[in-house]
This record gives sequence, structure tokens and C-alpha cells, in this order.
Amino acid sequence: MAVIRDVMPAFELFQPASIEDAQAVLDRYGSGAWVLAGGLDSFDWLKDRIKRPQALVDLAGIPELKGIRPWQDGIEIGAMTTLTEVVRHPVVRERYGILLEAAEAAASPQIRNQGTIGGNVSQDTRCWYYRAGWSCYRAGGNICYADTPEAINREHAILGADRCVAVSPSDTAPALIVLDAQMVVRTAGGGELTIAAEDYFIGPATDITRMTILQPGDLLTAIRLPGSWGGARFYFEKVRDRAVWDFALVSVASAMVMNGTTIERMRLAVNGVAARPLRLEAVEEITRGRPRNEATAMVAANLAIEGAQPLKFNAYKVPLMRNLVKRAIRGVEEGTWTS
Amino acid sequence: MDVLTWARDPWDQPILSHVSWDLLWASLFAGVAFLIAHASYMVLSAHRKRHAAETDAMEAERPLLPPRIVRHSLAARLFHWVMAASMLTLLITAFLPIVGVRFAWVTWHWMAGIVLTGSILFHVIHATVWLDFWSIWVGPRDLPELKAEVLRELGHDVPGPKPGKYPLGNRLYHLAIVAAGLSVVATGLFMMVRVRTPFFTRNPYLFSDGTWGLTYVLHGMAGVALVGLVIAHVYFAVRPEKWWITKSMILGWITRRQYLEHHDPDRWDVARSDRSSRSDGSDRSDRSGRSDVPVRA
Repeated sequence: MAVIRDVMPAFELFQPASIEDAQAVLDRYGSGAWVLAGGLDSFDWLKDRIKRPQALVDLAGIPELKGIRPWQDGIEIGAMTTLTEVVRHPVVRERYGILLEAAEAAASPQIRNQGTIGGNVSQDTRCWYYRAGWSCYRAGGNICYADTPEAINREHAILGADRCVAVSPSDTAPALIVLDAQMVVRTAGGGELTIAAEDYFIGPATDITRMTILQPGDLLTAIRLPGSWGGARFYFEKVRDRAVWDFALVSVASAMVMNGTTIERMRLAVNGVAARPLRLEAVEEITRGRPRNEATAMVAANLAIEGAQPLKFNAYKVPLMRNLVKRAIRGVEEGTWTS
Repeated sequence: MDVLTWARDPWDQPILSHVSWDLLWASLFAGVAFLIAHASYMVLSAHRKRHAAETDAMEAERPLLPPRIVRHSLAARLFHWVMAASMLTLLITAFLPIVGVRFAWVTWHWMAGIVLTGSILFHVIHATVWLDFWSIWVGPRDLPELKAEVLRELGHDVPGPKPGKYPLGNRLYHLAIVAAGLSVVATGLFMMVRVRTPFFTRNPYLFSDGTWGLTYVLHGMAGVALVGLVIAHVYFAVRPEKWWITKSMILGWITRRQYLEHHDPDRWDVARSDRSSRSDGSDRSDRSGRSDVPVRA
């Protein structure tokens, strides 16, 4: 494709000072509007001239979308709160350490200073065929260029593929899922929806052109973390090609409540293996009431990869995911990697 | 309103992608508009069935006709309802996501497509071997009937031919559904090569981009056409004056009176049909005098 970089197409820029003003603009432009958070996903699209919105709605000037505040027995994080602010917040550090680890694993310090948690969970996939502007399924076409005999698909999905094999790039998504986070969405009609984090993300079988449930006119305003998993035993690991500034090949997050040496309850999610972060409920169920040891971890890890269908170049993700799930359950100190 | 959606291939050449989904709304509108127009027209339309006196006379001439005439065999009825269920599943799984109802539709869609394909194959074999294959088709030989039916609709009492087993409207609808159904099935089977199923190894390069574009366009065109056709079909099935036909697709038979009122006994000879069907061993109906036994046609 002929890509012109660095010169963005013309659009109307709106900088509303309230959620209501932002929604008025979104209502007016419908699918022609583009919501700008930190801009780290948006400016790639715009500078490559692949997305050409009529109007850009910059949320940076809306104070109510920023900051971390108490909410019931947990906290509410404004969607425009930067990842750095999330990492540095004392309550996050004290009770939600897994979110701290996940947010800190995202990209680089500069990007975390600019990138927001709302943008991190709502960003588009990084499949390069799609990002290059090719007319694939996700772009409204009728082919997946990443799932062809010659495709370079080392980073693509091994689970949940449905025509499209792109994966979710969000680092904070699996952590939010295991924390049972609630996503607060202002809908186009002016209502407010609260959706479980695991339902916020959608796969291609449901809607091949979107990564989240957000429709034109919808706005993610906040993320609420209940106290139910605060202070649990957490595990987060992100495997990537470079130590910094890279997307996850596979990441895993778990929150575990123990009763002595027995797993009383657990939540576990993986990302980088499907178009949306996957909560592994079957794994959670099988570990309930079992001792936290190598045997339990092995059973759970083998269950986690059931149904995996690797592409030509990403079969390595199957043992990688299995080992990450194993480590998330029994910890890193008790075993070695197997393939 | 757009008709086609275009995309660009990796060489930046324009290629067909699929039909514009504006056509779905056009088909829905056409189906509903036809429904309203026909319902309005029927208020003024003349009835097309035979006069009572004429039917009485025909009934007297045919004392051996049983009170119930089998119009659709069990196999034919099973095919019809399996096809209807699969068709509705296909339309729901295809078009609800387009109008914004989100669910994982692809697997349901191709599974329903397999059922539809199987039922059509069964129907072709069944109709060819066990039924009067040509009774459902239309051709130049039906022009006198068309002319007579139009004149009757306009209120004229004309002596032209009455329908055989299937009314002209049924036959024309069958022709349309064959064209749309076979198009959607043939293209759909090829499109299954592009998604993961247990039947084919995925191969998006089976055709060139241009041919794939045409395949998707044809599939979409046939799909939106089926929306209008299904609306028309359901509408006619529930109309009071057509209920006797719908009932026969449930129970399998029509009454002797309905047979004589609406059909030409020379063109749909139940006795001959019965002998024909009995000769292949598929039917055991009895016309020898036990008038409560349905006659197979």
C-alpha cells in the first residue's frame, strides 16, 4: 500500500471540557468521530493515513476522566489516568500489585507517561497486515492476510481465531480481568453501562472489526476495581522479544486466594494468544480446592492449551502459554521450563 | 445507496469485496412493500377457485376420489421444514450481526449451510426419483395458464387451464428460490474454504482476489434476495385463503373439495400419480374403494 507517513489527514479537532460535551460531538459525528486518549495508538493510524476520521475528540481536557479515587471497598480509575499514575498510586501498589506490574510492563517510561489506562485497554490490534491498511476482514474486507500459507504470523493467535487471527496487545487487560474490574461506559444514548472486564473485550466471532464492545458514540469513562481480589496472591508475567518497549508474545495474570497450602479460589487470564484477553475459567475451576504444587500446575497448564491451533510460525506459543500458566499457579521458584 | 463494496488488494488495485449491506434494507423494504401492496390488492381481488356448482358436478363425476388427497409425502414435508429451519438460521446468523446484534455467528452459519446443502441434495434426488419432477417447474407451456390466471384475477370468468399440482405462484416462487438458493449454497461452500471447519483445509488462495470478490458478491446478493423471498413466502403461508396449502405442508393432505376447487384434475391426475408412486414401491395408498385412505400424489 502507498503509505504517506507523518502528515495527518485533515479533521476537525474537538477538545471538550466535560463528558457531556464529548458525547455531544461523538453523537454528531457517529462513526466519523475518533476518540483520542494518549494518542499512542491513534497517531500511528492517522499519520499512516489509514484511518481518516472527520472529527477527533481529544479527552485530555476532561478532569472527571482523570485520577484514582475510592469506590466502595475498592478504587475507581479514570480512563484518562496515565499508566505512570496507576503505577505510582499507593493503593494500587498496596492492594492491586498485579495491575502495577502489568502497567509497568507496558512499553517504555515515556509511553507510560503519555499512555492512559483507558487507551491501553481500548487500543487496536497490532497485526501488521491490518495496520498496513490492507483490506483484511478486520478492515471490512474478506480475507485474513496473516492466515495464509506464506503469512508471517509469529505474533498471532493460537486460540479463538475466527477468520481473523490478530491478538489483543493490551498489557493491563489480563490483570484487570483477574481483579474482576468493572468497565464504566457512557453509551451513545446517554446511559451508563458497567461491564465486567472480561466482557469488555470481544473476539472476531462476535464482531470482526472491533476489539471491544465500544460502539461509535460510546465512551469508556472509568475502571472500577472491587475489593474482592485486593491483596490476593498475584502473579504477572509478560514474555516479549525485548525487555522494554515491546508487545507481549504471551502474558499471564493470576490472582489466588489460599487456604493454607490449598487454592481456595483463583482467577487467571492470558493475553497475546487470542483476539481478546482470555479468562481461563476451566483452569480456575480445576484448581479450586487443590494444593498449590507442580502436579496441580501441570494439570491446569495442559487444560489451558486445549484447542490451541497454531499457525505456521507461532507454534512456540503453545508451550509458552502452558509454561506461563504453570508458573502462574505454582510460582517460579519450584520448577523449570518444559517444552 | 451503494450496491457493491470495493476494497484494495496488496497491489493497491481495486477489488470487489462484497455487496453493500444497504441492499439488506432494500430487500426488507421490497418484501414489506410487496406484502402491503398484495394485501391491499387482495381486498379487491376476485377469488380464483372454481364455482361451487361446477365443483359439485366434478365431485359427482369422480365418486372414487377419497375425501383426503395426499399433496406432500412425509419425506417432502420433512425436507421442507428442515430447509425452512436451516434457511431461517442462515438468515438470522447472517443478518442480525449486520444490524448490530452481536454473537458468535460464523460456526452456526456454516453448520446451517451444511444442513441446507444436505437437504437440497436430498430434495433433488427425492424429486427426481420419486416425485413428478416437472410438476413444479414453469416454462412456455404455462403461458395459457398465466393468461387465464391474470384474467381471473381481473375478475373475468375464463375457461383457461387451472393449475396442476402446484399453483403458478408456487412454481414461480420455486424458480426464484432455486436460483437464489443454489447461488447462496454454491458460493457458501467455496467460502467455507476461507474459514476453519473440519471439512476443508483453509485456503484463501483457492481463487484470485477478483473471483473471491465475485463469490462474495453473489453470496450477498442471493442472501439479501432470500430475505425478501422468505418474507413473501411466510406472508403467503399465513394468508387465510392460502391456509389450505400451508396446512397440507403440515398434515400432508388436502380435501377432495380443495383438490377440485383449485386444481385441474387432468393436469394433476391423482390416480395416475398414485399408480406411478406405487409402482416404485414407495407408497401403499389404497384407492380401491376405501375412501378414508389418502391418495398419494
